[in-house]
Amino acid sequence: MTIQGWTLILAFTGILIALTKPMGMLLFAVYEGRRTLLHPVLGPVERGFYKLAGIDPNAEQSWRRYALHMLLFQLVLLLFTYAILRLQAFLPMNPRELPGLGADGALNTAVSFTTNTNWQWYSGEVALSDLSQMLGLTIHNFLSAATGIAIAFALFRGFARREMASIGNFWADCTRVTLYILLPICLVYALFLIASGVPQTFASSVDATTLEGVKQTIVLGPVASQEAIKMLGTNGGGFFNANSAHPFENPTALTNLVQMLSIFVIGAGLTWCFGKAVGNTRQGWAILSAMMVIFFAGVSIVYWQEAAGNPIHHALGLAGGNMEGKEVRFGIAASALFSVITTAASCGAVNAMHDSFTPLGGMIPLFNMQLGEIVVGGVGAGIYGFLLFAMLAVFVAGLMVGRTPEYVGKKIESREVKLAVLAIAVLPLCILGFTAISAVLPDGLAGPLNKGPHGFSEILYAFSSGTGNNGSAFAGLTAGTPFYNGLLSVAMWIGRFFVIVPVLAIAGSLAAKKYTPESAGSFPTTGPLWIGLLIAIILIVGGLTFLPSLALGPIADHLAMINGQLF
Amino acid sequence: MFSAKLVVPAIGDAFRKLNPAELIRNPVLFTTAVVALLLSLLLVIGGSGLAVSFQVQLIIWLWLTVLFGTFAEALAEGRGRAQAASLRATKSELSAKLPDGRVVPASQLKMGEIVLVQTGDLIPADGEVIEGVASVNESAITGESAPVIREAGGDRSAVTAGTRVISDSIKVRVTQEPGKGFLDRMIALVEGAERQKTPNEIALTILLVGLTIIFLIAVATIPGFASYAGGSIPVAVLAALLITLIPTTIAALLSAIGIAGMDRLVRFNVLAKSGRAVEAAGDVDVLLLDKTGTITIGDRQAAQFVALSGVDANEVAKAALIASLADETPEGRSIVTLAREKFGIAMRDLPDHAEVIPFSAQTRISGVKLNSVLIQKGAVDAIFRANPGSESSLQAVEMRRITEEIARSGQTPLAVALDGKLLGAVALKDVIKAGVRERFAELRRMGIRTVMITGDNPLTAAAIAAEAGVDDFLAEATPEDKLALIRKEQQGGKLVAMCGDGTNDAPALAQADVGVAMNTGTQAAREAGNMVDLDSDPTKLIEIVGLGKQLLMTRGALTTFSVANDVAKYFAIIPAMFVVLYPGLAVLNVMNLASPNSAILSAIIFNALIIPCLVPLALRGVTYKPMGAGPLLARNLAVYGLGGLVAPFVGIKLIDLTVAGLNLA
Repeated sequence: MTIQGWTLILAFTGILIALTKPMGMLLFAVYEGRRTLLHPVLGPVERGFYKLAGIDPNAEQSWRRYALHMLLFQLVLLLFTYAILRLQAFLPMNPRELPGLGADGALNTAVSFTTNTNWQWYSGEVALSDLSQMLGLTIHNFLSAATGIAIAFALFRGFARREMASIGNFWADCTRVTLYILLPICLVYALFLIASGVPQTFASSVDATTLEGVKQTIVLGPVASQEAIKMLGTNGGGFFNANSAHPFENPTALTNLVQMLSIFVIGAGLTWCFGKAVGNTRQGWAILSAMMVIFFAGVSIVYWQEAAGNPIHHALGLAGGNMEGKEVRFGIAASALFSVITTAASCGAVNAMHDSFTPLGGMIPLFNMQLGEIVVGGVGAGIYGFLLFAMLAVFVAGLMVGRTPEYVGKKIESREVKLAVLAIAVLPLCILGFTAISAVLPDGLAGPLNKGPHGFSEILYAFSSGTGNNGSAFAGLTAGTPFYNGLLSVAMWIGRFFVIVPVLAIAGSLAAKKYTPESAGSFPTTGPLWIGLLIAIILIVGGLTFLPSLALGPIADHLAMINGQLF
Repeated sequence: MFSAKLVVPAIGDAFRKLNPAELIRNPVLFTTAVVALLLSLLLVIGGSGLAVSFQVQLIIWLWLTVLFGTFAEALAEGRGRAQAASLRATKSELSAKLPDGRVVPASQLKMGEIVLVQTGDLIPADGEVIEGVASVNESAITGESAPVIREAGGDRSAVTAGTRVISDSIKVRVTQEPGKGFLDRMIALVEGAERQKTPNEIALTILLVGLTIIFLIAVATIPGFASYAGGSIPVAVLAALLITLIPTTIAALLSAIGIAGMDRLVRFNVLAKSGRAVEAAGDVDVLLLDKTGTITIGDRQAAQFVALSGVDANEVAKAALIASLADETPEGRSIVTLAREKFGIAMRDLPDHAEVIPFSAQTRISGVKLNSVLIQKGAVDAIFRANPGSESSLQAVEMRRITEEIARSGQTPLAVALDGKLLGAVALKDVIKAGVRERFAELRRMGIRTVMITGDNPLTAAAIAAEAGVDDFLAEATPEDKLALIRKEQQGGKLVAMCGDGTNDAPALAQADVGVAMNTGTQAAREAGNMVDLDSDPTKLIEIVGLGKQLLMTRGALTTFSVANDVAKYFAIIPAMFVVLYPGLAVLNVMNLASPNSAILSAIIFNALIIPCLVPLALRGVTYKPMGAGPLLARNLAVYGLGGLVAPFVGIKLIDLTVAGLNLA
C-alpha cells in the first residue's frame, strides 16, 4: 500500500461528500416538482411529453396504480429491446452486418438492461450493432435509472406524507428525473469524456498496422454518450467487453476518478434528499455515514489484500502486489477502489477483472452485492434497499427505548415488517437458491472455468451480480448458455421487481399513516449509536446469511492459497 | 418466582402445550419441533453415518429447546392463575336477591335487572346504584380494606361484583351481561386465557418468521454447495445449524414477556382491558394530570389574610374564623388554625344560637349568622352575587385587585363579607406534593409532556403549573375542554393518557389513547377507559407509562440479544460443518472448540439453555430507569446488543469444555 493509493481513496471520499449536498438539492427540487435552472429550456419539453402521452403530471397515484404503471412501462420496454436485438440483422445502423441474437441471449440482455443490471454475456463490440447499443440499450440506461430514482422518491413520500392515499405520479417522476437530472449531466459528462479522448463517432472501425506489421481492426462507435449514462445511472454495461479497463472507455487517471465519482454521486445525493424530504438532513447524513463506514472497510480490505499480493508468487520471486487482471495504467489502489465502488453501487462497470483478484480481494465485491448493494447503491435502489434495513434495525432494537418502533415519524408495524422481510428474503432466495441449483446440475457445472472453491465463487458471483442488478462479471464463467441466460434472467427480474413492488407497498402504507412527532423519548435515528446499530443489523441479517457460501468460496480459496494451492 | 408450587404444574403444562394446534401459534418453536421430530425419525431409519449417541443428544436438546419455550409461557400463566384462583372463589358464592324476594344465582342475572343488596351481602353483579347509599368493602378487588361510599346519582354510583356492602342497603341495576363482568374479565386477564397477541407482538412474530425463512434458505442451499465441493453434510448437522440460527430465544420468551407485563400491571392494581392499551402506555407523549390529588395534595391551606383599606387584618381574621368554625373541610380548619396562630384569636366554638349556612353548590358560599350579623365567605364573584350592589362599590375595585394578586401567586382567594360589606380575603394555598417537580423533569427527559388539568382560573393555574414544573395547563377545564385538548394533541400525532372518574369524563376517557378510569368512578367512566385503577389513585398514570415502557423494552432487549447471538453460533458450526470439505476452514474455529461434533452440540446446548436462563428476566422485565431515549438505547445496546454478541462465545466455549471433558461427543 502506498501514500498515493490512500490519498486517492481519501480524495475520492472527500470529493464525494462535498458533492452530496449539491446533488441532493437538485434531486430534492425534482422530487418536489419545483422549478430548476433548466426549467425555462426544458419545461416546454416536459409539458410536450405529457401532452403527447395524454398524462396529467399532477394526477396523484395510489401505490398500486404507481406500481402497475411502472411494471407495464418496464414490460413494454423489455419487449421493445427484445425485438431490436432479435431483428438487428434487418435493422439499419449495423455497419458490421451482425446477425440477430438468439432467443435466450436476447431475453437475457433485454431483462438485464430493463432491470438496470447490464449483465453482458456477450462482447458488445462483437455482438451488437450501433442501433442495438444506442436505441436498444442506452434507452434503458436512462429509463431504468430514472425508474430506480422514481421508486426512491415514492418511498420518500411515504415517509414524508401524512394520512394520504397517494405516493406521487410515476410518469412525472420518471420524466422529470430523466429530463432535469440524467440528460443534462450526461451531456456535459459526455463532452468531458470526448475531450479526454473517448470516441464518439458513427465510423465503425479503423485499421491499424501494429509494430509487428500485422493489420488490426479497432472497433469504434458512439462510446462517450453511452459511457456517461453507464456510470451516472449505475448501469455498467460497457460499449466494449473490457468495459472501463478499455482505453477508449476510460482513457486517463482523471476520467477514472470522474467515473468513480459519477457512480456514487446520485446515490449519495439521494441520502441527503431523503433527509430533506423527511425534514431533517441529519437523517440523511446518518445513512450516508453508515454506508461510508461499510464502504471504507471494504476498500481497505481489498486494497490491503491486493497490495499484499499472492504468497505463491512471492515464493517464486515475483515480489509486489497482485497485478493480474489489472490495467497497468490504473494500478492496485485505483482498481481496488473502483471494484468496491462498482459493486457497492449496483453499477457493474469494471476497470479490472474481479476474477483475478486475490480470493479475499474478490470476496468484498461479492459480499457488497450480496448485501443488496445498499452501500450508496444503485441510483434509487441503493437508498430504498438501505431503508428496508433501517426499518428492520428500528424494529429489532427500537423497542429498547420503551416505545413501539418508529422511524422518521412513522410507526413501523406488521405490514411494513412483512413487506420489508419479503423484499430482503429475495436476495438469499435467488442468490443462494440459484447457486445451489447450478452447483448441482450438469448445465450449471459446465459454466465455471476454474476448479475448486474459485469455480464456486464464479457461479456465486454471477447470481449475486444478477440478483443484485449489478451486472459485473467475475469473468471465468461461461454464462452465454441457455441455462445461465435463462436462470440469470429470472434472477435479475426477481431481484429488481420483487423488491420494488414491496417497497412501493411500504410507501403506500407509510403515506397513509399518521405522523408521530419526534421527542426526547423517540428512538434516535441520527448519531453514532444509530450508525453502529445499522451496520450491525446489515452485517448480521444481511451478511451472515451468506457466510456459508463465502466460506466455501473465497474464504476456502484464500486458505488454500496460503497453503500453497491455487485454483 | 420459582417456587415449587408454580414450577411443578408449569412443567406439566409445558408438555401439554406441545399439542401442534397450540404450538403453531409460535411458528419458530413449531419449526423447531418439526425439525426435532424429523431427526427422531431419521435416527430410527438410521444410515446417517453419525454416531448414535451424538444424534440422540442432539435430538434431546432440540426437544428441550421447545419445552423450555412452552415452560416459560406456562410459568408466566401459572403466576397469574394463582391470583385468579382466589378471585374465582369469590365469584362462585355469589347469589342475588330480587326485589320480589326471590334469591337466584348471580350467573342468571341479565343486564338491566334490579337487585337488592343489604348489609353483609356480596354484590352479585356489576351495576349502578339506583337507590340508596351504602358503604362497601371492595378489598376483594382492590386489596384496600377501608370501605368506600357508593350512592345513587353522581360519580360514585358504580359497584362491582364480589364486593361486600357493610352498612345500609342499596338497589342496583345490573349493567353486565352474564359472565362478562369486571370479575370475569379480571380472572380471564390474570390467567392469560383470553390473551390475544398485541399488534406489536404480531409484527414481531412476523419478523421472527421472516428471519426463520431467510435462515431456512441459507441452510437449505448448503447441500448444493457441499456437493460442488465434493462432499455432503449430514441432515442432523444442517438441522443443528438451522435451529441455532432461527430466533428461538425470543420466540420462546415472547408470550411469557407479554403475560408477565400484564401481570405486573395487575399486581400494581391496574386492570388493562387489552394488551394494546399497555403498549400504547409505553408510547404516550402527553399526560393529562388532574391537579388535585396528583400534583397538589388534595386540600388547600389558608396562607394569609388580606384586609381592604380601612379594615384591620385582625378583623378579617376573626370574621373568617367565625365563618369557618362550623366548616369541617380541611380548608375551613386551616383558616381556623391560621387565625389562631397568627392573630391569637381564641374563640373555639360557635354559640348555640348561631345559625350555620352550609356550603352549597348553587351559592358557593358558606357562613354563619350570629346575633343577626351575617358573616359570609366564598368565591369573590359568588359573594358579589349574593350581595347585589356590592360589585359596584368602591371596595369591589380594591377587592378585585387583591384577589387578582392572590391568584397570580398561585393561591385561591376567598372573599370575606360582614353583612354584605366586604372585609378582605383569605388566600388559600395549594400545597404541591413532595417530589412531583423531579418526577415531571424525569418525564420531560423521557420525552413526555405533562399537562395539568384544573378548575382553577388561568392565573392561579399558571402559578401552580410553574411551581410544580408541568409543561402546560388547562385552566377552568370542563369535560368538553379536555376532550378538545386530547383531540388537538392527537391530531398532531401525539398519544395521550389521562385519568378520570365521572360520567362526564367518559368521552375524554374513550378518546384518550390510554384512559385510566378510577375504580370509584361511575360505570360509564369504567366502560369508557381502557384501564381501570383499582386503587383510584390518579398519580399512578405515571407508573403505568413506566410499566408499558418496561414491557416494550424487555421485548426489544431480548430480540436484540437473540439476533446478536447468531454471530457466535455461526463461528461454532460453520467450521465444524465444512472442515471435512476444506480442512483449511479450521481457522474459523476461533473458539478453539474440541471437535466438530462437540462444537455443534455445544451450540445447540447453549441455544437451549439460554431460554431458562432468561426466563427470570422475561418475567421480571428489564430494569427500567426513566431517562432520555439516547442514553437508554446506549445502555440497553451495551448490555443486550454487545452482551448478546459476547455471551455466546463464552457460553459455547464453557459448554464445549464440559462436553469434551465428559466425552459426550
